[in-house]
Amino acid sequence: MSYRYISMPVYRLIEEFSSDVNKIFEYIDAIYDRIERVENKIKAFITIIPREYMYNNVEALLKKIKSSGSAIPKLFGVMIGVKDNITTMGIRTTCGSKILENYIPPYDATVIVKLKNVGVFIHGKTNMDEFAMGSTTETSAFYPTRNPWDLNRSPGGSSGGSGAALAAGEASIALGSDTGGSIRNPAAYTMVYGLKPTYGLVSRFGLIAYASSMDQIGPMARNTTDLALLLSVISGNDPKDSTSLPIESIDYVKALDDYMYKEPRLRIGIFKELFEGSDDCVKKTVYNSVDKLCSYHDCIEISMPYTKEAVAAYYIIAMAEASSNLARFDGIRYGLKTHIDGRNWVDVYTEVRTKGFGYEVKKRIALGAYVLSMGYRDMYYIRALRFRRMLREKLGDVFNNVDAVASPTMPIPPPRLGEFFEDPLKIYLADISTVIANLSGYPAISIPAGFCNNLPVGLQLMSKPLSESILLYLSAQLEDRTKLRDIIAEV
Amino acid sequence: MKILIGLEIHVQLTALASKLFCSTDSSYRERNPNICVCPVCLGLPGSLPVVNRKAIEYAIAVAKALNCEINDKVIFVRKHYFYPDLPKNYQISQYDGPGFTPIARNGYIKIFIDGKSKNIRIRRINVEEDPGKIYYIGGIEETPYSLIDYNRSGIALLEIVTEPDMGSPKEARIFLDKLIAILEYLGVVDTNLEGSFRVDANISIEGYGRVEVKNIGSIKDVEKALTYEIIRQKRIVEQGGVISRETRHWDERKGVTVPLRAKEFEEDYRYFPDPDLPPIKISSDMINKVISALPELPDQRIERIIKQYNLDEYRATILVLNKWLADFFEEGAKIYSNYKKLADILITDFLRWVKEFSIDPKRLSIKPHTIVKLLELLDKGVLSIKMVKELMPRIIKGDVDIDEYIKLKGYTKIDDETYIENIVLEVFKENPKAVEDALKDPKAINFLIGAVMKKTEGRADPKKTKDIIANMLRNIKDSNR
Repeated sequence: MSYRYISMPVYRLIEEFSSDVNKIFEYIDAIYDRIERVENKIKAFITIIPREYMYNNVEALLKKIKSSGSAIPKLFGVMIGVKDNITTMGIRTTCGSKILENYIPPYDATVIVKLKNVGVFIHGKTNMDEFAMGSTTETSAFYPTRNPWDLNRSPGGSSGGSGAALAAGEASIALGSDTGGSIRNPAAYTMVYGLKPTYGLVSRFGLIAYASSMDQIGPMARNTTDLALLLSVISGNDPKDSTSLPIESIDYVKALDDYMYKEPRLRIGIFKELFEGSDDCVKKTVYNSVDKLCSYHDCIEISMPYTKEAVAAYYIIAMAEASSNLARFDGIRYGLKTHIDGRNWVDVYTEVRTKGFGYEVKKRIALGAYVLSMGYRDMYYIRALRFRRMLREKLGDVFNNVDAVASPTMPIPPPRLGEFFEDPLKIYLADISTVIANLSGYPAISIPAGFCNNLPVGLQLMSKPLSESILLYLSAQLEDRTKLRDIIAEV
Repeated sequence: MKILIGLEIHVQLTALASKLFCSTDSSYRERNPNICVCPVCLGLPGSLPVVNRKAIEYAIAVAKALNCEINDKVIFVRKHYFYPDLPKNYQISQYDGPGFTPIARNGYIKIFIDGKSKNIRIRRINVEEDPGKIYYIGGIEETPYSLIDYNRSGIALLEIVTEPDMGSPKEARIFLDKLIAILEYLGVVDTNLEGSFRVDANISIEGYGRVEVKNIGSIKDVEKALTYEIIRQKRIVEQGGVISRETRHWDERKGVTVPLRAKEFEEDYRYFPDPDLPPIKISSDMINKVISALPELPDQRIERIIKQYNLDEYRATILVLNKWLADFFEEGAKIYSNYKKLADILITDFLRWVKEFSIDPKRLSIKPHTIVKLLELLDKGVLSIKMVKELMPRIIKGDVDIDEYIKLKGYTKIDDETYIENIVLEVFKENPKAVEDALKDPKAINFLIGAVMKKTEGRADPKKTKDIIANMLRNIKDSNR
């Protein structure tokens, strides 16, 4: 029975495939069968590569490898769901927007090139909030994605499609992007592992920018080892991205194994303000898993003022950068077109942008342009930058005493569908724990903590720049204790 | 009325092989449209800029040559405005304002005008990307549609802004000639390439509003446009009118400036540091490396030429500002030691004809030794100066062998005294009045010499002619006594 392939960890899949290459096709069938069964309920994908297409791709590549006599790449045959703001050559990349509904990129993002090099296949582009602006996947121009754990709820966002695809067994691993929590939020809400790497660890080349100074691509998986495996593939310096850090990729699986073998005792800070502001049930669930870590490590309470201001600073900076990054979508070179005969370009631009962008995107462009404009930039944008510098300093002080900081990933359980539109401010404020990592550039992970009223809850750990191995170590340790791994929701 | 002129010059760094933020081929001219493009310079979603380090080195070299202070960081900002030639709808540029800084500031260029030296101050130098190019069918008003070519998009530009230190169109032209010479010596731009050197000008009468004139296509037109604009403004002032602050367009065909739509408010470009481009540190090592690789610059060469060849600043400046001419001069000076004479012939007749024939100096076939030979024949008295002047355009065109040419055309100086005496007698007969005058006033002798020259088409040896005439006049005087 090939059903077992649906929840099988990637590190096991590659063992299976290396013993018998033909198992790849059983695996492909298992995933596609699953997609056929659940996708119309979940709507995790915007674009799905047809099954036959995938067969042909795998067969053709296998043939090529055999005839050339080269070794079969390490992750050959593994299928990944890729968030639809990551550029894929020849596969339409919509960014969840009407304005790019029919845009087929002529090039691959650096992370895609890296994945292809190790034999990973993209079988679908996952749903997301339009231009990653949102935290429920409801601002997608196409349809909202539903949470596999409760179809009336959001899977979080903006990488909600990736999280839901993993939780529903429609993908083995997935890529997300995280600007203010967009990987960790859906990871927490769908019971999967998600890591926002240190800013600059993973190349942004080919990631359609939302807020360039905070955007990071990151791995999502159903267990820590797969997360480490995927991070090893996608990380490392990229000369095409000037913000990419000048460091080579390391083998995070090996680093994780080393840590697990040595099991060093670390100091973990418990982020007081972020627990205090959380929903009771969430608080209880997260404390529970924190206790599991604290029974081994040293835990101390830490406090950081101005946490609430972080959300304001985050939104100001993100919107400012977004208003600039989204200026290029004008329908002239690519994307949504309109008739141009006898019209001047101002009219054409206006129509394309009016029709092509959704409400949330327009709102953020308008606010972003406002905070950057003369007379207001000092009051908003410059102040937000000043706050960001201060936050970094404070965080630096905190990490002089601890190796990691724990908090709930999200202070509230997964929102009901529609809740975001009723009270957007409440949903914005729920980003309080996640935005700190983006403002500071620090790495952070969301780890399944447990269920609360049958809804997934995540624990967030943040660490010092380039301490991804520490986060993976603590995640694996907790995973061993909670056994919350390789779980597929009943759909 | 005091005139204040400031210039804003856009210079393409045409010596770069690739664009400013991507590795795309920068030699876009004469290529099919939209061929020299990539995801980065087309601004495709997800693409990211990476700075061309060579462009920064060139910018430092230019800044140094313009005596600027160089900033310790390169900070790129985004300048936002919607326009179809701008693929990202923002331009990656630099900005001089709080929190930002251009790569270089506070420099100057020394120019030589009306026998004096003067410094024109440079306010700042920006590094930025060129937009694409829009083509209209006919004029901008009547075109039924526009075509956009992104080949130029992302080409490295320097924006050089001066203080309003120029007091006349002539001064502006002299400034530009000097700037072009400096850039040419640095080898960063070939200003002969279409669109590689573009000028906007700010013109005002002191105490009145400032007018910006855009779209000045060629350097020749700068002087014309400025002259027109000054006359226009003076007329308004004289009639008691108000010069409003506005941007005008230079209409090359009609030779006038026309108003663009007046802006009701200052455009807000919403500058902010480009988050895709972290500041690049400019170390003193980097600056020193650039400085040590700098070639000899015009001012240094002028100074050296003055000293080495004992020329005055005027002659040295003209030579040096035409780099090829200075090279030509120095080559000739190796085999001919009357430097002043050599310089004179080069900066007058020689330069005039090369320009007259619009010969690209790079394709000039005449060699320095030919000019030197000409001068030597002049010195020996084989050729007269008039002959040299006549010969010049012909040898510039053809580079023929001078000896043969002289033989063929009979271009030899007449120094046969009997022959000259006969001509003089003829002249005396034809001009009795002039002879009388010359007997009274020795200065009037020149008329007679001129008449001889005319008859011999300038070929009579002037010195011998003069002596013979003087002798004959003395004889007449003696016999009259």
